[in-house]
Amino acid sequence: MQISGAQMVIEAFIAEGVDTVFGYPGGAIMNVYDEIYKQDKFKHILNRHEQASVHAAEGYSKASGKVGVAMITSGPGFTNAVTGLADAYMDSIPLVVISGQVPMSLIGTDAFQEIDAVGISRSCTKHNYLVTDVKDLPRILKEAFYIARTGRPGPVHVDIPKDITAQIAEFDYDIELDLETYKPHTKGNPRQIKKAIEAIAKAKRPLFYLGGGIINANAAYEVRELIQKTGIPAVETFMARGVLSYDDKLLIGMLGMHGSYASNMAMSETDLVIGLGVRFDDRVTGKLSEFAKNADVIHVDIDPASISKLVNADYPIVGDVKNVVSDMLEQVGKIDSENYESWRETIINFDELHPLTFHEDSERLKPQWVIKRVGELLGDDANISTDVGQHQMWAGQFYPFTRPRQFVSSSGLGTMGFGFPAAIGVKAASPEKISINFTGDGSILMNVQELMTAVEKKIPVINIILNNNFLGMVRQWQTLFYDKRHAETDLSVQPDFVKLAEAFGGIGYRVKTKEEFDAALKDAVEKNIVAFIEVIVHRMENVMPMVPSGGSLFNMMLLEKKGDK
Amino acid sequence: MTEENQRRVVSVIVINEASVLSRITDLFSGRGYNITSLTVAPIPDSRYSRLTIVTAGSVRVIEQITKQLHKLIPVLRVYEHEDMVEKEMAMIKIPITENLSDINILCEAYNGKIINTGENTIIAMVTDEPKRIDNFLKAIKRYNPKEIVRSGAMALER
Repeated sequence: MQISGAQMVIEAFIAEGVDTVFGYPGGAIMNVYDEIYKQDKFKHILNRHEQASVHAAEGYSKASGKVGVAMITSGPGFTNAVTGLADAYMDSIPLVVISGQVPMSLIGTDAFQEIDAVGISRSCTKHNYLVTDVKDLPRILKEAFYIARTGRPGPVHVDIPKDITAQIAEFDYDIELDLETYKPHTKGNPRQIKKAIEAIAKAKRPLFYLGGGIINANAAYEVRELIQKTGIPAVETFMARGVLSYDDKLLIGMLGMHGSYASNMAMSETDLVIGLGVRFDDRVTGKLSEFAKNADVIHVDIDPASISKLVNADYPIVGDVKNVVSDMLEQVGKIDSENYESWRETIINFDELHPLTFHEDSERLKPQWVIKRVGELLGDDANISTDVGQHQMWAGQFYPFTRPRQFVSSSGLGTMGFGFPAAIGVKAASPEKISINFTGDGSILMNVQELMTAVEKKIPVINIILNNNFLGMVRQWQTLFYDKRHAETDLSVQPDFVKLAEAFGGIGYRVKTKEEFDAALKDAVEKNIVAFIEVIVHRMENVMPMVPSGGSLFNMMLLEKKGDK
Repeated sequence: MTEENQRRVVSVIVINEASVLSRITDLFSGRGYNITSLTVAPIPDSRYSRLTIVTAGSVRVIEQITKQLHKLIPVLRVYEHEDMVEKEMAMIKIPITENLSDINILCEAYNGKIINTGENTIIAMVTDEPKRIDNFLKAIKRYNPKEIVRSGAMALER
């Protein structure tokens, strides 16, 4: 079939089963947009900023498990999208991002809206392409989708000069890919798996350390089975929330800088860490030399470079975590869950000593209450996105997650402004669920223009703004480590969030009490249009427990007990 | 596990395509690794090029470098050399007024010779192991070299 480069992009999307594209048009990508106009196989959602397009594609991908697709123009269109690419790269989210480029004859001349896009995206994508011959385009598009979703997933960027999208060539998408240099290793080594099982059987205080890789590999239900059959307790990273259901008796909680006391103590006391789809991030481990000091480490990951990068793995297993856990399940009979009874009791005692909780306040709502309350009212019916900051950590701590892909957040890069567009993508991927974005008064303003996208496309995201008139997480650090010098974090001068939502055609609520909050949430769910629920919360609330940066996991700052002071 | 920096030679076979060299060098600079020297040329009758990178780092860093290089899509193979034959080359421009026969003898000791003579200067070339090239460059100083150009390393596993 002889078609133009622009038509090739459309045909590739259709062949890949793409049903939603997020994007923003402009000069260099117009040929492709012209073809989008002519087709009805997939829908295009026009965000109001290219960064939001990429975040929306990330949200879509995380909720659906499919490759997210975004399309942008050259120059500023592309540079605006870079934060999204970096975010997806850090969190291993499969994306294909197509950008327009100035025509081949103008490349290198400092042409209007020209920037060296592949030069910029090289360090924040899994792979990238500058298309220089239309004949290569079908193969490149097919490779882009393949590379994005296989191995350790990640964003792939394809930069297409404008003249290439106009040229005509043969399109054949049934070509066999010949990627001699890219062959992800998905099957775990059976001997290593056997050794790992033996180590588990011998351990006295083993601990599952669950990461976001489990969700990427669609392995949560296999992992649930493995944990249930072995009776070994588990901690989750922030990325792994929802792998286990919140009410699973073997789930201790989230570990790390704002992990629960019991989780961090369990990690400090264990004699065998069983890491699945994790990467020993600094926010998880705290001081490396003190992390799980007396433990051997089993590390299962698809990315060989993640293994023994920071913590030496005694039992390294490179492979897809779903395959490896399935193989482990076949040998699970060698493990006697009774052996860990006293270990489980130890952990229960940790949790009773310092449970994850907060103190209510008679004057102002506590942000943690809001998150718990949404959990009580909506629970499994909601998908949760967050922005970045205190509210994000509270969501990780207090929302009762019940399933994988329920929770979408910017973990590795920590991108303020991620939540709202991501929640739009989540809603586009799973319209049957309520899409909630927990956000702060700082974060929400970083992509607030997405109100327009949500109104136009009737995407009823409910943004719950936990308003403490502060850039709260930075304020918390200033309070604790900078002698309360709150440099540039006081956000007392604010827009009227209710009017702001209304100005775009959404709905706004300002609430100060529990009753008002319940009523607002109920109304927003019923109204089914994009909403801001601004909740006035306690200004000086801190996220606790907290492991100070670079400190040991077991040295936590803890919530003051009631009556202390 | 030793934490001290060791000199290591790594060879990388990559698809010979646009921007592949930037992918490699960006990886080094982005992750804070050193490149002491770099040699690259296409492998005859193939779609691949071979890079020889001399770097330094602890055992853990070198292991990361090899793994991260492997992760790059166009990288076919990474050799972290243990037992290799390694050579470098140097070319030196020296005023013709110096003692040419002495220079020639010195070059011969380092697998080299005078390869060009001009009106005012001569050019000599040597090929040897990196450490010996260091020694040669020290020895040649007394002949007032005007310009020295030194290649990166090339290495083959024995």
